Amino acid sequence: MADKLHFELVSPAKLLKSADVDMVVVPGTEGDFGVLPAHAPVVSTLRTGVIEVHDGGESEKLLVVGGFAEVNSAGLTILAELATPINEVDKAGYEAELKNLTEDVQDAKDDEAKARAEKARDKVASILEVLEREAA
Amino acid sequence: MANLKDLRNRIASVTSTQKITKAMKMVSASKLKRAQDAAEAARPYAERMENVLSSIASSMKGQTGGPALLAGTGSDQKQLVIVATSERGLCGGFNTNIVKAAKAKIKALIEDGKEVTIITIGKKGASVLKREYEDKMVQHFDMSHVKNLAFDDALPIASRLIEMYEAGDYDVCTLFFAKFINVLTQEVTPLQLIPASISDEGGADLGIACYEYEPDENEILEDLLPRNVGVQLFRALLENAASEQGSRMTAMDNATRNAGEMIDDLRTTYNRSRQAVITNELIEIISGAEAL
Repeated sequence: MADKLHFELVSPAKLLKSADVDMVVVPGTEGDFGVLPAHAPVVSTLRTGVIEVHDGGESEKLLVVGGFAEVNSAGLTILAELATPINEVDKAGYEAELKNLTEDVQDAKDDEAKARAEKARDKVASILEVLEREAA
Repeated sequence: MANLKDLRNRIASVTSTQKITKAMKMVSASKLKRAQDAAEAARPYAERMENVLSSIASSMKGQTGGPALLAGTGSDQKQLVIVATSERGLCGGFNTNIVKAAKAKIKALIEDGKEVTIITIGKKGASVLKREYEDKMVQHFDMSHVKNLAFDDALPIASRLIEMYEAGDYDVCTLFFAKFINVLTQEVTPLQLIPASISDEGGADLGIACYEYEPDENEILEDLLPRNVGVQLFRALLENAASEQGSRMTAMDNATRNAGEMIDDLRTTYNRSRQAVITNELIEIISGAEAL
């Protein structure tokens, strides 16, 4: 039995990370869960949140937006639409985007455009929320 | 025989054409490298996605119903054809081949009495299709602002497709794009985006592992399937970009070679006629001197 967990983080554009680690904490839609080596096979969707990768006493935090996680005998695979190390996240950029999108919601002419703008706004808002929580 | 000045001008013009085609070839060679890397980098995501999807799908096989994106609407009367081509020309048979395959499919569908609608991505295909099927084209996505295709560029198209599907605008959606095999070969491939075409193979080897689903299978599928449309589309567009550059590189390489041959021919003719002029002048001088 391997005493390390094989962890892969994949975004649509590329394979971001592939490493053997001690533990990964995954923000599942129904709550965070920690994955240790030899975890039972699970498929779970993700919410916007932070992945914590623990290895040798050190931990690394990555912001993920949308996606899902799969655990099988080979290890843990996270497919995320967007994943960035938390200290590289461009918070000011998101804040500006949120402002923009909030204006979009106000300017939206018909219901359909409004719904779309609201969806985009909520997505960015949830990212900022996570960032705030992490900073606190 | 053309006079010397004309020949000189033609040599100059062909030489400058050759310079252009050569530069274009080199540009597309470097772009091809980047496009190919991007296409390869996108592969793991698409593959994992397919694996998970097919394992969930196979576990749900016996059940009826399920999300419409997977099961279909139960009809294939309304067909949507998406034609993905390039934004720029001068890339050999790339656009022609895609459009030809798409046209054949559209024609067959119409003959079968189906309702066909067309969405185009990339203006080269759109302008050709417009001649014949303007009334059937519902939307065009302009990609000319996109330099390096990112997932965010594919998303709006995918969400529009899902919107249309949910509104009942079509039952089956097929995407035409050129699959990149190597620099010389690109294969036009029809890909059924909706309902999701899922191979059984991936499910078989994952089927052994008995997954726990969180939340349940249905919810995961509902989350996954729209995402899958985006991923498949993104992947196809990346392949298309690589194919375009490959095709352009080959076409420009041929053009450069043809220009070289043409220059050689012209130069031979030029030298011959130059010599003929000199010989003529000599004959005139000599016969003039003899006559004295």
